[in-house]
Amino acid sequence: MKRENSDSFLHELRQILPAKAVLTAEEELRPYECDGLSGYRELPRVVALPDEVAQVQAILALCQRHRVPVVARGAGTGLSGGATPHSEGLLLSMTRFNRILAVDPVSCTARVQPGVRNLAVSEAVAAYGLYYAPDPSSEIACTIGGNVAENAGGVHCLKYGLTVHNVLAAEVLLMGGESIRVGSEGFDAPGYDLLAAITGSEGMLGVVTEVTLRLLPQPEGAKLLLAAFDTIETAADAVAQVIAAGVIPAGLEMMDNPAIRAAEDFAQVGYPREAAAILLCEVDGTSAEVEQQLETVAAVLRERGADEIRVARDETERLRFWSGRKNAFPAVGRISPDYYCIDGTIPRKQIGKVLKGIASLSEQYGLRVANVFHAGDGNLHPLILYDAGNPGEFERTEQLGGEILALCVEVGGTITGEHGVGLEKINQMCVQFNEAELAQFHAFKSVFDPAGLLNPGKAVPTPARCAEFKALHGRGGESTLSDTPVSGPISEP
Amino acid sequence: MNAFVDALAEQITRTCENGGMLRIVGGDSKAFYGGAPVGDTLSLARHQGVISYEPTELVVTVRSGTPLAELQATLAGEGQMLAFEPPAFGASATIGGTIACGLSGPARPYRGAARDYVLGVNCVNGKGQYLRFGGQVMKNVAGYDLSRVMTGALGTLGIITEVSLKVLPLPEAEQTLCFECTQSDALSRLGEWALQPWPLSGTVFFDGVLRVRLSGSGAGVAAAAAALGGETCAEGADFWHDLREHRLPFFASDLPLWRLSLPPQAPPVALADQQLLEWGGGQRWLVTETQPQQIFAAAAAVGGHAVRFRGGDRANSFQPLDAVGQRLHTGLKAAFDPVGILNRDRLYPEA
Ligand SMILES: Cc1cc2nc3c(=O)[nH]c(=O)nc-3n(C[C@H](O)[C@H](O)[C@H](O)COP(=O)(O)OP(=O)(O)OC[C@H]3O[C@@H](n4cnc5c(N)ncnc54)[C@H](O)[C@@H]3O)c2cc1C
Repeated sequence: MKRENSDSFLHELRQILPAKAVLTAEEELRPYECDGLSGYRELPRVVALPDEVAQVQAILALCQRHRVPVVARGAGTGLSGGATPHSEGLLLSMTRFNRILAVDPVSCTARVQPGVRNLAVSEAVAAYGLYYAPDPSSEIACTIGGNVAENAGGVHCLKYGLTVHNVLAAEVLLMGGESIRVGSEGFDAPGYDLLAAITGSEGMLGVVTEVTLRLLPQPEGAKLLLAAFDTIETAADAVAQVIAAGVIPAGLEMMDNPAIRAAEDFAQVGYPREAAAILLCEVDGTSAEVEQQLETVAAVLRERGADEIRVARDETERLRFWSGRKNAFPAVGRISPDYYCIDGTIPRKQIGKVLKGIASLSEQYGLRVANVFHAGDGNLHPLILYDAGNPGEFERTEQLGGEILALCVEVGGTITGEHGVGLEKINQMCVQFNEAELAQFHAFKSVFDPAGLLNPGKAVPTPARCAEFKALHGRGGESTLSDTPVSGPISEP
Repeated sequence: MNAFVDALAEQITRTCENGGMLRIVGGDSKAFYGGAPVGDTLSLARHQGVISYEPTELVVTVRSGTPLAELQATLAGEGQMLAFEPPAFGASATIGGTIACGLSGPARPYRGAARDYVLGVNCVNGKGQYLRFGGQVMKNVAGYDLSRVMTGALGTLGIITEVSLKVLPLPEAEQTLCFECTQSDALSRLGEWALQPWPLSGTVFFDGVLRVRLSGSGAGVAAAAAALGGETCAEGADFWHDLREHRLPFFASDLPLWRLSLPPQAPPVALADQQLLEWGGGQRWLVTETQPQQIFAAAAAVGGHAVRFRGGDRANSFQPLDAVGQRLHTGLKAAFDPVGILNRDRLYPEA
């Protein structure tokens, strides 16, 4: 937004919104300067806090007319800088859209506004014996709009799928304010799968104003099994063997020793502090199914070298074991001034090898790393512990993160499983995708947002940016990522 | 890239230069589906083979011309399956055509659709560019989810050359139960069961009989069967296969066959005497000569959409879109295939 135009823009904006829903003073803008990736900060020109869809529509039309960039924001828990404001733009906060509009216990659906918190959905429908399956660890705070934008996952996604598998329909406003409905209350919709296109699109295609969620009946029973291992490799191997036994657990999570200790010190949930690694494996279904699967899993884990196997005695202990896992990030936050979360996904069989590689990189860089992650999906979350107060330490942290991603790529993995590209991993996109692929992404985006005003500069790099990155880092950017094409591509042998 | 992709690119360039069009064909088993095919045949039937398959990863990567039956046999050999149970509609069906059509079988409401199992797609777009989207891992949010957008796009956006799919273990046990009842009884029972965590994997109602398939662990299936009551059906697995492949007598009509995709609890639709309900009520097959516009309107009125599946007027195969939807569709087609040479008119008539 050019200075000379900003007065007329703000004047018009104030005709759409009440004065207190338009923030321009620096101290009011400050809380919006970053999302969960606090290493990236930017003040927007203005923050808008609408609470009616018609207002959002008018704001988008206004911004389109004035060529003002728009960044939508949910709870700001994103970990890739997807909601980082644009210095010349408007930050569109969606948190006031926090109503659950309807719950239909017959069709097992809920219609919600995008600012509704993830956990609030399951809480609101629990009385009907239903729940919303995707459960990111940030479920207390993150919004459904943000979940749709990032295609968020959670600890139960191994069996119940990601956000894309649990959303039926969405109302979306395009940049000029036009409204579209994607998906349907049935099992599919006519034409191209625009619902899949919107899900995981990082706020680049449209602003989500309403979402219809698929709810599931609460399983008759669920049992959580905690298995301790004295080496990381045996734990990693056990993960593949559980799957090989034909069981798809509801959740299969892994924590290494630093993560176990941090979680235990933080939440005192009863994890074995001395174990090199633990697996948390949940099975659910009818009582008969649960017992049968539990037996199978326990047998596999024992055979694969688990030192200790504990089945949560009751619901209280089950929830306690989970709370240690779900609080692992904040727990790690307590043992280090700062931490940086990596999100590579790899084939399951490579978990042991990659964790070993991470350990030696950690030693090499002199930076501690704790691992707590979605093992069943092969989605790693190495947490690099650092102190932003030490000059140069964040830069070294980012470099270590880059090397970890390179390792993921090398073994056939991808740079992001669920946190998105945002600003953070935009350079790595130049390595994962070639020029034609990136051009196809841009052409795709242009169909929805021809003027390129929604969340500009995120998710997909421009050719100029890639050229610059490659010039700095040599062909293909080997210094941060290996030259091997990332998993994305299916490579012919 | 490889010689095969180069040859495709060359053929596309030549077609563009000659002002021609290409009709993409796998096994030609679904030539009846969607708008009438036009253009020179471009066959993928020889682009065959499993590229990688590791059962413990639950992922298979396969060339698009691989016969569906062959892929399914390979998976079954390891005790695994394509959980969305795609209909083949003929022995020649390929996996590429299966993903391009995006059709799913009886298990769809309980295990997910074709698009839910697509992890990655390689394709050649209408400019002859070889593009790779998605990947071979369970979770991957790098870039827009174009592999899912390609699923069900009927080849209008690109020629699928390779695809990676998530696979699942075959259920240990399966059992079918039968209940004699009316259609509205069936719908209310289905609604009730949807609220309970039974291991359902298929539901169908026609000719006054509701059939329910249970799949899962032996103990789970037995417990559910005991709780749900009904009678154990004699037919078993063959029945569900025949249903999926449209080989039941219901489908042997010369009249147009329509597929209605509705919110499962939508009230009975009065358009046809002959109806077959699947997917807990979410997919309804109608044999009827009713005018397409009337069928589209009836589906829309209850929050769903309709597809002319076989017979009738091919130019009216899919539910018309609103103005914004039309603009996005035209724009997307142009973004992938600017000249408009790939499977033209197959999804919607193109200008
Ligand atoms: C402690 C912690 C644990 C986490 N654990 C997980 C986890 O287990 N799994 C996981 O997947 N993620 C996890 N995350 C990441 C984050 O919580 C998710 O990405 C979440 O989906 C973001 O939601 P949000 O409401 O905070 O979105 P924001 O951070 O506000 O925004 C994220 C993106 O969504 C866009 N957006 C937001 N609202 C809309 C809208 N209405 N319309 C269009 N675009 C919109 C923004 O522009 C931005 O690009 C974790 C984060 C933290 C801090």
